[in-house]
Amino acid sequence: MREILDIINREGPLPTAEIATRLDMSPEDVEQALEEARARGILLRYGAVINWESSDTEKIYAFITVQATPEHGRGFNEIAGYLSRFDEVHSVYLMSGTADLMVVVEGEDFREVARFVAEKLAPVPGVRDTATSFVLKTYKMEGQIVDKDSTNQRLAVTP
Amino acid sequence: MSSSRFVSQLVDDMPASAIREFFDIVTSRDDVISLGVGEPDFPTPWKICDAVVGALRRGMTSYTSNYGMLELREAIAEDISVRYGVDYDPGSQILITSGVSEAMDLVMRALLDPGGQVIIPEPCYVSYKPCVVLAGGEPVTVATRAEDQFKLQPAAVREAITDRTTALLISYPNNPTGAIMTREELGEIAEVAAENNLVVISDEIYGHLTYDGVHTCFASLPGMKERTVVLNGFSKAYAMTGWRIGYACGPPQIIEAMTHIHSYTALCASAVAQVGAIAALRSCEAEMKQMIAQYNQRRRLFVAGLNEMGLACGEPKGAFYAFPSIEHTGLTSQQFARALLFEEGVAAVPGEAFGDCGAGHLRCTYATGLEQLKEALARIQRFLEKLAAGKVSAPSAVVASTSGGSL
Repeated sequence: MREILDIINREGPLPTAEIATRLDMSPEDVEQALEEARARGILLRYGAVINWESSDTEKIYAFITVQATPEHGRGFNEIAGYLSRFDEVHSVYLMSGTADLMVVVEGEDFREVARFVAEKLAPVPGVRDTATSFVLKTYKMEGQIVDKDSTNQRLAVTP
Repeated sequence: MSSSRFVSQLVDDMPASAIREFFDIVTSRDDVISLGVGEPDFPTPWKICDAVVGALRRGMTSYTSNYGMLELREAIAEDISVRYGVDYDPGSQILITSGVSEAMDLVMRALLDPGGQVIIPEPCYVSYKPCVVLAGGEPVTVATRAEDQFKLQPAAVREAITDRTTALLISYPNNPTGAIMTREELGEIAEVAAENNLVVISDEIYGHLTYDGVHTCFASLPGMKERTVVLNGFSKAYAMTGWRIGYACGPPQIIEAMTHIHSYTALCASAVAQVGAIAALRSCEAEMKQMIAQYNQRRRLFVAGLNEMGLACGEPKGAFYAFPSIEHTGLTSQQFARALLFEEGVAAVPGEAFGDCGAGHLRCTYATGLEQLKEALARIQRFLEKLAAGKVSAPSAVVASTSGGSL
């Protein structure tokens, strides 16, 4: 299972037969493992890693640390679940350290994100404090180095 | 007589590596998928590079001991002891060299008197024979065959032995065939070596890249450590080809002789490369295994693809080469390789480059990105279909174009 997940995590959806060949497994076993991964909520969906900065699309990300008051008996689950439902929210994590939650917010420009924080995030009951940091430039995301210059320079034919 | 005024007869007579000739053709096109590369497509793990950057900042730029840094020799001794159960004394039995290439040159010069013979199984890496010749020796090649999975047969070694035989050179996992030999099979070779008092030079540069079972270090066979020189390095397993760093382990007498030559001709291996090698051994086991797991996936995909399209390819159990047969196409491997390159832009090396018995085969490196491998398979498939339909443009031209070179 681990090896299959590693492959699709890096390369996205692939024909079952190819995964099976590469891992020396039967296609049925691969199909079953993928089915199990979906059923157990391990494989949530497929997606691509896109560097929006190089595209014509305006997109901006902000990392927002949130201090919140945990609810009795439910910790931060309630508030984290609530925040997760906003379309603008890209990801939500419970954190160790001084902040309680890390909320990544996606928007078309600074103003849109700022408005979201001021109008939607900060007023949520239980949110005590927020600190917003905007992403200025991406160097590496999802394990992928963004810079295209670091290409392989090996020769075409060697011993 | 030498055809050049300034170059020695010995060198003048030495054929150029056929791989080099092929390189010139490949570089003339920019749409080529190259399966002709004998090195990893991964960059050196960053931890290794970072260790070297740190060392340079601390001013580690001096010569090292002729043998190489003691810390590296100790790390190598520990690595071999843990992996293969062979114990070498870092003080007298290990020499750090500029890659296995230098170690190969040194061991030949250390062992051979004029006319001394070295038995070399073929197909094999292109520099073995020249190293023997340059050391004043005489290479005696022994063919291995596809039907034996390119494993060396003890009887063939016995037949090649004369009263001038000094050493046997083996290299498993093998470049270009991907063949490995089991402990039992190597044991039979060991018997021949012991009976005939041969030194065994074992090039184990692809040892870590063994996909089926575990690699057997030749020196770990009973009675072999005393007569074996193990050559290994960091190029393949740790993706450090350009660093030029390798080593030799063997009996003190031979290591001392090699160090003697090395102290005059190289002085010591590059100090920064030695620092990188220490970092590789100390901190990059996980990175190495990750790369090998990737090669293994590519290997299965590529070999299955070749066999599906009718290019019979035994399972390469080590290194990162597939060595399919193209004999049924009626073309020689030189013709096939050239036509494949011109028609579909896929570069693979003709088997003859690695010895006459490599004829009818093609060496394809699968240390190439998966997308490129898949595209290469599609192109080879298309080429075979064109060939079958008689649509490969002028096979006669192909024949003509090969007549000039030694490919």
